[in-house]
Amino acid sequence: MKRRSFIKATAVATATPAIWSEAKAQARNETLLIVGESPPNSMDIHGVGANRPAYEVSWNTHDRLITYGAKKDANGNDHYDYTKLEPELATDWNVTPTSATFKLRRDAKFHDGTPITAKDVKWSFDRAVTVGGFPTFQMAAGSLQKPEQFVVVDDYTFRVDFLRADKLTLPDIGVPVPVIMNSELCKKHATATDPWAMDWCKNNHASGGAYKVERWQPGQEVVYVRNDDWKAGPLPKVKRIIMRIIPSAGNRRALLERGDADLSFDLPPKDFSELKSSAKLTVIGTPIENAMIYLGMNVTQKPFDNVKVRQAVAWALPYQQIMDAVMFGQAIPLFGGADNKFKGIYWPQKDGYATDIAKAKALMAEAGYPTGFETTLSFDLGLASTNEPLTVLVQESLAQIGIKTTINKVPGANWRGELLKKNMPMITNAFGGWLNYPEYFFYWCYHGQNAVFNTMSYQNPAMDALIDKARFTTGPEYEAAVKGFIDMAFEEVPRVPIFQPLLNVAMQKNVTGYRYWFHRQLDYRQLAKG
Amino acid sequence: MLPLLRHARYVLSENPITGLAFGLFALFLIAGIFGPALAPYNPLQSNSAMALKPPSTAHWFGTDQLGRDIFSRVLVATRLDLSIAFASVILAFLLGALSGVAAGYFGGWTDRVVGRLADTIMAFPLFVLAMGIVAALGNKVINIVIATAIINFPLYARVARAEANVRREAGFIEAARLSGNGEARVVLGHVLPNIMPIMMVQMSLTMGYAILNAAGLSFIGLGVRPPDAEWGIMVAEGANFIQSGEWWIALFPGAALMLAVFCFNLLGDGLRDIIDPRKRT
Amino acid sequence: MLKLLLSRLVTAIPSIIGVVIVTFMLTRLLPGDPAAYFAGLAASPQAIAEIRAKLGLDKSLPEQFVAYIGDLLTGNLGSSLSTGQPVATEIATRLPASAELTLVALILAVGIAIPLGVLAAVKQGTWIDHLCRIVTTAGVSLPVFFTGLLFAYVFYYVLQIAPAPSGRLDVFLSPPSDITGFYLIDSLLTGNLETFWGALKQLALPAISMAIFSLAPLARMTRGSMLAVLGSDFIRTARASGLAPRTVVFAYAFRNAVLPVITTLGMVFSFLLGANVLVETVFAWPGIGLYAVNALITSDYAPVQGFVLTMAVLYVALNLLIDFVYGLVDPRVRLDS
Repeated sequence: MKRRSFIKATAVATATPAIWSEAKAQARNETLLIVGESPPNSMDIHGVGANRPAYEVSWNTHDRLITYGAKKDANGNDHYDYTKLEPELATDWNVTPTSATFKLRRDAKFHDGTPITAKDVKWSFDRAVTVGGFPTFQMAAGSLQKPEQFVVVDDYTFRVDFLRADKLTLPDIGVPVPVIMNSELCKKHATATDPWAMDWCKNNHASGGAYKVERWQPGQEVVYVRNDDWKAGPLPKVKRIIMRIIPSAGNRRALLERGDADLSFDLPPKDFSELKSSAKLTVIGTPIENAMIYLGMNVTQKPFDNVKVRQAVAWALPYQQIMDAVMFGQAIPLFGGADNKFKGIYWPQKDGYATDIAKAKALMAEAGYPTGFETTLSFDLGLASTNEPLTVLVQESLAQIGIKTTINKVPGANWRGELLKKNMPMITNAFGGWLNYPEYFFYWCYHGQNAVFNTMSYQNPAMDALIDKARFTTGPEYEAAVKGFIDMAFEEVPRVPIFQPLLNVAMQKNVTGYRYWFHRQLDYRQLAKG
Repeated sequence: MLPLLRHARYVLSENPITGLAFGLFALFLIAGIFGPALAPYNPLQSNSAMALKPPSTAHWFGTDQLGRDIFSRVLVATRLDLSIAFASVILAFLLGALSGVAAGYFGGWTDRVVGRLADTIMAFPLFVLAMGIVAALGNKVINIVIATAIINFPLYARVARAEANVRREAGFIEAARLSGNGEARVVLGHVLPNIMPIMMVQMSLTMGYAILNAAGLSFIGLGVRPPDAEWGIMVAEGANFIQSGEWWIALFPGAALMLAVFCFNLLGDGLRDIIDPRKRT
Repeated sequence: MLKLLLSRLVTAIPSIIGVVIVTFMLTRLLPGDPAAYFAGLAASPQAIAEIRAKLGLDKSLPEQFVAYIGDLLTGNLGSSLSTGQPVATEIATRLPASAELTLVALILAVGIAIPLGVLAAVKQGTWIDHLCRIVTTAGVSLPVFFTGLLFAYVFYYVLQIAPAPSGRLDVFLSPPSDITGFYLIDSLLTGNLETFWGALKQLALPAISMAIFSLAPLARMTRGSMLAVLGSDFIRTARASGLAPRTVVFAYAFRNAVLPVITTLGMVFSFLLGANVLVETVFAWPGIGLYAVNALITSDYAPVQGFVLTMAVLYVALNLLIDFVYGLVDPRVRLDS
């Protein structure tokens, strides 16, 4: 380490920095350079197969009716507050048991100068619930399902009629999906076969948010420039933002350390843990809400249909080794709690399992597999940097109780397809829900509706009853239901929680204003440089 | 045999580097055969407490991110890499030499078909074709062997064909035919053995390339699966650690890789000199 | 001359046909279900089946092949799942980046290998000859991704004399107007020296890594052919006539020795096009190699198909060009045919 800094110090004298002209140095100070690993594959969040980086583009270039407020988390860092809904395009709203009426600002304009009115909001909402795929599915999570629910009262008043009493309806309006798009502009590019202008919107912009896309080179970079006429919130401080794709994590780290880049997500946990101790950069790690990395077992396949086998596996995982060698401490453990019982209305939470090979072996014998069995452990190659070492450690540990595992790497684009088939016996996977409610997580992961996220194919009517109760009640009934399903989840353990991941971001010391959002993307509007 | 050995010794004395190459080759063979027995640690044994330790007396090459001993892994990987290389080269030889000899000896349709096949393969940049084949057939070691064999096939076929063509009218072949040997017997029993020396040179030269190919494929994730030890995949994993200063994880497998390829290339050159009659004075 | 060119063209056609068939087969074998990807999260099996029908993936293989050929003839190479763009456009935009890198690497390699080979031949058997052999063999023995990583670490991170491996141009320089797509040429044509230097600096490390890898075959060929020429009769005559050694080597021997080297260029290009993929991955070079690797890892089959096809067609065209140039340079070939 010392020698490296010495070489760096002496080399600086002989180094030839990039040729900066005066104008360029100026431009550098006003621009925020973000480096990332994956590029957005669409400029349209409602587009088919739009990926997470595409959500980031959408979030920053479009407005939504409402947004979330902010609070400070346990470490004093800026964190969105899911209990506080705040105005964005809507200045005010009135909620009754059957509907919510939003008053829109009158001075908001799209990037092409057209005023934003309620008909644009309706068109955008209709689009979200009609185009299918993830957007429609996300809208439905808050009971926003039919275009009839969305009513234009007048140019600046918009009403949403409720389908049922769902506490998630209002929060769902603040998620990335229901963006407000320029309906007149889109309609000009719509065709008979493409009434929602999906084709045009993929590569073009019908937006009105805080930032405009100045240039998009697919696969390489997105350049944003601030919309100086933005009215739906305080004007952002950074005038220009460049999001550059650098596939190699080592190079991204080098750029940050050299000061040639301002901010990066997407670094391996080891780099983040080392950068945290570096004096040059600010590293903020926020536990990702309602998310966990887990080991899932397909309960419809022998021998995982036997609860004792599943418990044996839960007692045999090398938890602490994973925390140390794979995550370098950059995660929140979900194991080693006092017991396998409910600890409060929050999720994820610690279960009582820990590494206890003797207990695991005893359970295997009780289950009727004293000599073990063979199985396959699959993982998503798209998350190889964590998954590869993790599965190797798990393989080693399970071998100690007689379970011989073959590791199966599944390429990124196939992973979803494979999950849908629901025939992988054992997998390691991650899931996180945008809306921070335990029943939201359980609805997608443990409910008998058998969504793709219920990777274990777990179907238990008793569990379903508890989840449904929790979704539509409040108060003591709600708490009892949550307690019920968490206890059941730990006892039945179709998926073994391992850890809660952190969202780590590293940035230069002169970059401030980072706020953690539930969608795990960067909100440029709060950032400042210098 | 004796004149050949004497000649070999002459060439080696002229060319100490070839001698060095032979020595290295012997070393690699020993490592490949006895590696797993000689390894001080279990190459698959992880030990997170000892992760990322630099080279020391306990761990000559240091440890990787899961605490595994790199020296043991590099040693054991020798067997996998050499096996992949040998298997691909032998497969390529069998496919290429046999079809090439047939093409050169019989001419006509055989020649045209083999030629077309070779041309189609040669039309692809070779690594790209290997990528495509392994991706299509699946992430298994056997597929790396198949892919490498396929991309080397045209080279062997062409050399074999040229040599067979030259010898077709040679006296000793005529004699073999006249003694009543069937065509197959002539090809397999007389032509093939005769071109062996040149084929051996080819094989040695392409061994190096086969190892690099396997390493390149592993680097982009198409190859050997974890936790198996193979030089290429170890370099790929080690690449992530260079920036943070753990240079040994990538360096030692990379050096082993380079040394092996280097050795085979020099060996090929040396063999070529040995069998080259123009060098005989 | 024209007849020569036409006859070579005709022999290339079966190769292209073979390439198209092989590419199709390979990518149909690629694991992965684009229909599931397109259908999105939580899609029901029916939704996926619908999308599969829409993409034409439920038809039989021969039917798909016909559709594939039809698409090819209209220049439609499909769309990428991960970038959402048509493959043909992306390949067209990214090809100049790879081409520029490969050409610069080739020029570098030729510039070093040929003098080295000549030197080794002229001083045959001496330590220079051995040194040349070791250096070039070492170059080709190092995996090109390893060299690249090492260089990036040593020259950028430690010594800080190379720019960040972040692509073709530093983030704060704008690319020159798109005339040829080659930054070096375009920046010179528009008189933009700053961009020219910027682009050159970014090219340095990746090009050197690739060049090192292709030194060996070129140097070896040059040396071999130079040796053969130096031993020939007409050179002996030249020497006997009392011409200065330098004249003999450069004016007579060299020109004749260069000919076989031209044919090696074909093989060298194959090396380079393969090395391209690895180098682009290490240096974040936005060429078609990186594009293909990313697509391969995510089982995005359309770009992989397009990439393999493009590379093969390019390679066939290059070989044709080399044959043509060789025909131009060597009158014996012309007269023979």
